[in-house]
Amino acid sequence: MNILLPASVPEALDQLANDATALPMAGGTDLLVHWPVRGEAHERTYVDLSRLDSLKPLRWTADELMLGGLTTYWDVIRDARASEEFPLLVDAARQVGAIQIQARGTWAGNIVNASPAADGVPVLMAYDAVVVLESRRGREEVPLDRFYSGYKQMKRRPDQLVVGIRIPRRRYTYQVFEKVGARRAQAIAKVGLAVTRSGAGWRVVAASVAPTIRRCPAVERLLETGAAPEGPDDLLPTLAQDVAPIDDIRSSAHYRTRVMARVLYHDLSDFWGKGA
Amino acid sequence: MPAISITFTLNGSPVTVEVDPAARLLDTLRYQLALTGTKEGCGEGECGACTVYLDGLPVNSCLIPTYQVRAHRVETVESLDPSALEPFERCGATQCGACTPGVVMTAWWIHEHPELLGTHTIRELMAGNLCRCTGYDGIIDSVEEAMGERGRGKREG
Repeated sequence: MNILLPASVPEALDQLANDATALPMAGGTDLLVHWPVRGEAHERTYVDLSRLDSLKPLRWTADELMLGGLTTYWDVIRDARASEEFPLLVDAARQVGAIQIQARGTWAGNIVNASPAADGVPVLMAYDAVVVLESRRGREEVPLDRFYSGYKQMKRRPDQLVVGIRIPRRRYTYQVFEKVGARRAQAIAKVGLAVTRSGAGWRVVAASVAPTIRRCPAVERLLETGAAPEGPDDLLPTLAQDVAPIDDIRSSAHYRTRVMARVLYHDLSDFWGKGA
Repeated sequence: MPAISITFTLNGSPVTVEVDPAARLLDTLRYQLALTGTKEGCGEGECGACTVYLDGLPVNSCLIPTYQVRAHRVETVESLDPSALEPFERCGATQCGACTPGVVMTAWWIHEHPELLGTHTIRELMAGNLCRCTGYDGIIDSVEEAMGERGRGKREG
């Protein structure tokens, strides 16, 4: 194992360009679980980002919120404007582990860890977040809903570093985040759902029901029509076009599909005129 | 890879240690610096037994490579006044004791930041500290009791 400790972003980009197997490390909450002390010794090189102070703060501009590459969940939880304008970011952050993880874990790390059960990614995607990647070759921006191409597969190339996450500021008329886990805290999602509605339309994002976090275009189209389902089961054919859950240690495909339909139905019951 | 020499502030005083790059803060504290109050439970960031403060926030020391605390501020359970434990003893919240050092660290952090209770419940803030005896109600009662008698100080120096 080798650790590189760049003092600046350009230095980190040089190190990533020089070694295609090097892995950037931020808060370490995912990587330390497989650290040599616990797992097997390995020859991997880590580019540690902890000295890159320029990536830490989140910034508000007239038309967007920009999370830094090292902005943590706790940074967002404690930002009063985030609670007002992007409440789902705060809802989701508060369900990531507990304070000990929220204080270290980063939004960018959640994106590149690429877990299909991530908590931060669904809400970012429901807010049309854009991943800002930088390398010695220059800057590239990839909308988060086009960032993943398969299980743990993503558009980030090995020499690229996530230096920020851009979130457009919009007026939302509807927003909800649901996480179904075995326990309220310290649990990994069996099913996750983030839904928003703005002038840009509906966004429905599902977690833990496909190889990647993904939008549900068929459900979004159904919402645009305003047609109300009679009950949760009516949503199953539409959901089947969007998700492909599996059986694993945390849940079964059958349970996940049923719960997703019920959560969606009940969360949107006001919109569909079905009462609470 | 050779050892890395780092200096950081530990319980108010500067310390310099030579660490393996793979060393976890938990192990450095316990085995190099002899601060054995910090315990290892799960070793993967679930249980909170290894909770310390890094720049004033509770973190799992099992998930932090020691080199990352270079030039930062770390406080362990040894920095707390023993009186921080009293509400837990009174409420019967120290059962087997395995979780207690981590529990007391998170509880004291809440005690020092009552503004957090404007947005969070004690139970949510304590959710990162698992108690294998399942003595959660006693733990919550202890924190509530401690919040009711704020003002008793941390050990000086």
